[in-house]
Amino acid sequence: MPEDPNTPRRPDWPRAVHRLFREHEVREVAYVPDAGHAQLIALCRADRRMTAVPLTTEEEGVALLAGAWLGGARGALLMQSSGAGNCINMLGMTQECRFPLLALVTMRGDWGEFNPWQIPMGQATARALDAAGVVVQPVDDAQRVPETVAAAARLAFGAYRAVAVLIGQRVVGAKDWNK
Amino acid sequence: MKRSTPTLDRRKAVAEILRQRGDALVLTGLGSTCWDAAAAGDHPLTFYLWGAMGGAAMMGLGLALAQPARRVLVITGDGEMLMGLGALATIGVQQPANLAVIVIDNEHYGETGMQRTHTREGVDLAGMARAAGFRAAGTVYSSTQLKTWVPRFYRAKGPVFATVKVTTAYAPMVLPLRDGTAIKHRFREALLGPKAFE
Repeated sequence: MPEDPNTPRRPDWPRAVHRLFREHEVREVAYVPDAGHAQLIALCRADRRMTAVPLTTEEEGVALLAGAWLGGARGALLMQSSGAGNCINMLGMTQECRFPLLALVTMRGDWGEFNPWQIPMGQATARALDAAGVVVQPVDDAQRVPETVAAAARLAFGAYRAVAVLIGQRVVGAKDWNK
Repeated sequence: MKRSTPTLDRRKAVAEILRQRGDALVLTGLGSTCWDAAAAGDHPLTFYLWGAMGGAAMMGLGLALAQPARRVLVITGDGEMLMGLGALATIGVQQPANLAVIVIDNEHYGETGMQRTHTREGVDLAGMARAAGFRAAGTVYSSTQLKTWVPRFYRAKGPVFATVKVTTAYAPMVLPLRDGTAIKHRFREALLGPKAFE
């Protein structure tokens, strides 16, 4: 049977990613909400070792995490693919100063998308981030999300690079318009 | 919208603010405030932004959250602040007690041909900061007012916000270190010691 893109998947990866954040001593977690990140956002908000910082727009998070690193703290940025475009100019600082950036991007306009307005930015996300000097690491299998995030964290904090893990719509589930 | 004519000199105002910096951590915005801070005296704990327009206040928040025991001053321009107004709301939510955001407001885009900014037309940045939840927010027009505000920048419970109205009088460019990675390493080593390179 063909896979129904609207089948909700029981997400295990948010707990694993939260554990990884702890292991990597991530202290500032900036986010613009996305349904795909809801569980991870809740876990980070409930963790006293982390400061959760809701943003009005994603580029605020790029600047926030640069400031955090200046002060000796690691952070992560959670956003939806539509926010990637908002970050482009601010990412110039990340590249010029070689600030680490660990971004987890849940995709829209990708697998089984129903909203045509999500397609342009969703389809441009990987290329736009790549053009801005970000290492782009897509993952389309929920079981591979934790290992991909772990590798991205090493690249970000160990090699001082901007890394975006693109978590495919196939992993987070296409938006269910009946809900 | 009502407005008063600015009379303060930007270089004197920034120098007066930074004279009392002690062990505070300082971030500038791009453009004039970068040159102002350099003219006041280079310091390893000043991070100069040469770009990233609209990011100075948020960078200050990230630093303030990472270093809660240190005072963090963001000294930026009106055009830079206007490009990232959402930061006022984000800072208002976080309520960092150790952060002060100071806008050196000449009401113009000084680096691009002196076009008017929104503040010249009466947009009240301090009013916006107050509405976003800053604990103290005000507009400084005179040297007497500045003398009252400077201690607040360093000691009042934050977040603190002030717009310092300055003239458009010419101030020569004073260029600090411009390699971003070098500025970062210098700042982190001064703040964190050998841990900066772990």
